[in-house]
Amino acid sequence: MNNDTKPPEVLRQKFDKIIEVKNVTKIFDDVTVVDDVNLSVRRGEFITLLGPSGCGKTTLLRMIAGFETPTNGRIFLEGQDVTDLPPHKRNINTVFQKYALFPHLNVFKNVAFGLKLKNIPDGYKTDKNGGFKLDKNGEKIPLTRKFTKGEIEEKVARALKLVGLDAYGHRDVTSLSGGQQQRVAIARALVCEPKVLLLDEPLGALDLKMRKDMQIELMDMHSRLGITFVYVTHDQEEALTMSNNVVVIKDGVIQQYGSPKKIYDEPSNAFVASFIGESNIISATMKSDFNVNFCGVDFKCLDKGFAKNESVDLVVRPEDIIIKKAGGKGALSGVVTQCIFKGTYYEMNVLANGYEFTVQNTAEHKTGSEVTLDVEPDGIHIMKKQRTVNEYVTEVDGENTVALFGGSFEFVNNLGFAKGDKVVARIAFDKVELTDDESDGTVGGNIAQTLYKGSYYQVQVYTDDDDDIFVDTADEWDTDDRVGIVVAPEAISVERFVEETESDSAEGEEDNG
Amino acid sequence: MAKLKGFRLKRSYFSFPYAVLSALFVILPLLITAFYAFTRNGHFSFDNFVKFFTTPNTLKVLLFSLGMAALVTLICLVLAYPLAMMLADSKINRSAVTVMLFIMPMWINSLLRTYAIKNVFQLIGMTNAYVAVIIGLVYDFFPFMLLPLYSILSGMDKSYIEAAGDLGSGAVHTFFKVRLPLSVPGIMSGILMVFMPTVSTFAISEILGDTSTYMFGNIINDWFTASGGSGWNIGSAYSLILLALIAVTMLIANKATGGKASATGNARVGGGIL
Amino acid sequence: MSKTKKALCRAFIYLMLVIIYLPILVLVIYSFTTSKSIGVWNGFTLSLYAQVFSDAEMMSAVGNSLLVALVSSLLATLIGTLAAVGIFYTRAKWYKTLLNLTSQVTMVNADIVTGVSFMMLFLVFGLIPKGYLTLIIAHTMITVPYVIMNVMPRLSQLNPNLYEAGLDLGASPVRTFVTVLLPQLIPAMISGFALAFTLSLDDFVVTKFVNGDVATISTYLYNKIAKKGVMPELRALSSLIFVAILAVLAGINIFSHKRNAKEKK
Repeated sequence: MNNDTKPPEVLRQKFDKIIEVKNVTKIFDDVTVVDDVNLSVRRGEFITLLGPSGCGKTTLLRMIAGFETPTNGRIFLEGQDVTDLPPHKRNINTVFQKYALFPHLNVFKNVAFGLKLKNIPDGYKTDKNGGFKLDKNGEKIPLTRKFTKGEIEEKVARALKLVGLDAYGHRDVTSLSGGQQQRVAIARALVCEPKVLLLDEPLGALDLKMRKDMQIELMDMHSRLGITFVYVTHDQEEALTMSNNVVVIKDGVIQQYGSPKKIYDEPSNAFVASFIGESNIISATMKSDFNVNFCGVDFKCLDKGFAKNESVDLVVRPEDIIIKKAGGKGALSGVVTQCIFKGTYYEMNVLANGYEFTVQNTAEHKTGSEVTLDVEPDGIHIMKKQRTVNEYVTEVDGENTVALFGGSFEFVNNLGFAKGDKVVARIAFDKVELTDDESDGTVGGNIAQTLYKGSYYQVQVYTDDDDDIFVDTADEWDTDDRVGIVVAPEAISVERFVEETESDSAEGEEDNG
Repeated sequence: MAKLKGFRLKRSYFSFPYAVLSALFVILPLLITAFYAFTRNGHFSFDNFVKFFTTPNTLKVLLFSLGMAALVTLICLVLAYPLAMMLADSKINRSAVTVMLFIMPMWINSLLRTYAIKNVFQLIGMTNAYVAVIIGLVYDFFPFMLLPLYSILSGMDKSYIEAAGDLGSGAVHTFFKVRLPLSVPGIMSGILMVFMPTVSTFAISEILGDTSTYMFGNIINDWFTASGGSGWNIGSAYSLILLALIAVTMLIANKATGGKASATGNARVGGGIL
Repeated sequence: MSKTKKALCRAFIYLMLVIIYLPILVLVIYSFTTSKSIGVWNGFTLSLYAQVFSDAEMMSAVGNSLLVALVSSLLATLIGTLAAVGIFYTRAKWYKTLLNLTSQVTMVNADIVTGVSFMMLFLVFGLIPKGYLTLIIAHTMITVPYVIMNVMPRLSQLNPNLYEAGLDLGASPVRTFVTVLLPQLIPAMISGFALAFTLSLDDFVVTKFVNGDVATISTYLYNKIAKKGVMPELRALSSLIFVAILAVLAGINIFSHKRNAKEKK
């Protein structure tokens, strides 16, 4: 705390990273909610933690606030380790999703709550002669005091004015509308002049119109006050419009960190691409640097550094597809299967070369009409294809069978493995068959998630034995459906397990999930 | 600040005083009871339980108590159910005060109420010990049956009844097929709050009856007050038997209602005062 | 519903009310006459009431009952409220289940078993002589679960972030408990306290096994009614207690109705 006495410029340079989260993991009842997260937040930044519900973003925020202690890892605030510091000793304030105003206090007293507790520096201890008293180390002894009634009144009035509730001080908080309550909550947090303001889905309980207004107000407040904002939301639009930087989180793991534009234009994987707005995700092949082939046609792109003929995922945003009447110039020709007016533009589905593209354009092309499609090089975003092969370290459990997912799968044993041999079994995503009837499969499982990859679906199945298996299939499966898993013997490749290198790849597989 | 590192006052710690007191004054007494029940002269022994099964009189009293309790519970139920239905029906009763008047005796010391009814028996010259004890018990436990029934019936969504009528169900049919099944948790709570307390009572049967109306509670009381020697051991064993019976009735009630019945004076909190 | 049916139903309700209050009424009426047994009217007099107030034994029983009820219900409210907060917010499931179970056991256990087990505890360890202290301990322990039961539902209605908001604004855990949580819990604590108080006054069975030389209203009545036959002045004492309890209950009910009505506004 004595850092406060140094000139602020020094501080700013020294601790440009106001928050640092280092290798933080949080486990609740054996469930890893936040998994080895590293993150730093720059001073004055508006950063958003974005992800589906249950992805760990709120837990991460709560650890920064001090309501939760990380199971592993450290958290630093201005370079000081605050991991074990209780929330009331952190100079951080939070705006809660459901406001959490104190119902027994009026608006004024709610806002004044934190101020009344605050100790502010008040010069140094002096001796009888008016000189400074010194402690053992010869340092001046700082004094603190509480805010006076007048100061509190002035600060509360200013905070209420900031959120546009000047005349509401005497009002009962329960008599306010949702939007007004949220404003009081913001004023209550800001009046404490925190170094960082944490906002946990603060607009989640408001209606659409109110939400839009508050978004603008919050951005305005952020730029005026210069306080660091850490904002949690599951609303990608909110995240993209409001923040300087977005952190996309899924299953407790950061998927991507970057500016809204970067996240939107260059999603690092299929999850980010599909979570951040509508997109066409297509399987493609890199012919060479700057050349990619999809739907049987070659396109120019801006990406390089892939192996020749490497299989990749390709993202095209609906608004980046150029759609024209048939007969004009265009790389792909197709038929409009659906056309919906969305207020300011038309959203159309176009079937071309076996892939159904989602296209947005201000011009209408009626259902059934023939069109051509094209994409400029900067509209094409290439992502490294994620794994295509499931890999498991297991052992041979019979003459020609290998233990997988709690069952025994037959394989072609031409290398002469004996029972009990430790092996690595690999199954290509597209070689796994799912059956409707669980009992038709060798083992059963639940569909954990489905991603549409253009010409096929990539399905993650969670087996009863707690394993994940990825399946590329032409069929669409509903999340949580029970399915059976079948793998043909010739589709399982079995190799002897070699201690170091193989275990690494087995671990890597976990991360990708 | 350094001192506080590692220690954080959490809200869960607020329950520690109760946790400690519970260990001392809930768990420990039960352990002592169990200890006495399974020992005789300081040595491990089943004699106290053997005594229970080999004393015909004790068994007879337990069966008598269970029978009395069943009868009292039934009378309470038969009287309280229609009353609760009427009180819950806004066409018949709109006054919360009437309900309050029925529940209020619950808060009056049961010895006082027993004394009052004893006086009435004197006044009308009622001398039959069995009848006196049964009426006394019904009088005492009636509010405990009424309240859970009233709570569930008044809280019942009327649309169920209306839906049944709409589907062509007659009044009687609706009662047996809709209202009664929906009120089972209330019935079970009522039974739990009347049945076992009746078995374990001893003051009412002592004041209103004689030795022929002894209840199981009287026997336990006698072993602890009148007898010396191994009285504590035998009394403790009988206490455990009573506890086991309570546990069994609770389990049955839970099974019957899917865990919705409550034997823990919820009724007292739910409706009565406040 | 037909008019006759309605009338019949109302008649049944009033008949039941009359049956319930008749014994009490009889007692009150005959408390104004000195006859040895009920049914004989010796003329109106207040002499039984005079006897009650001049009977030191009776008065001390009333005083003891009130003292024990007051002290134990205050303790129960304190311990029970803290326990409810602790149980509600704890994440350790086993701990939650264990404490819930012990409080359930206390509530469903037969009074006589609770009574004798307390008696043995106090005698076996011999550290605490039976008397006021044992009475207060026993009454506190049997009423704490009812306070918990009153406070718990209120906690589940509270905004889950309320406590954290207090900490977030710089208040220490203890201060947050006092300035943020407690004000929300006070109505529930008052009903918990009232419940504990009446349960303590009401209790006879547990009291009988732990009271030592200290007589309460319950043990006094038991000794007089069960053992010594009829004492006319008991009618006056009982009437006084009836009226006092009914007045208090009516007062509480009216108070809470008014509060509810006000909250609804």
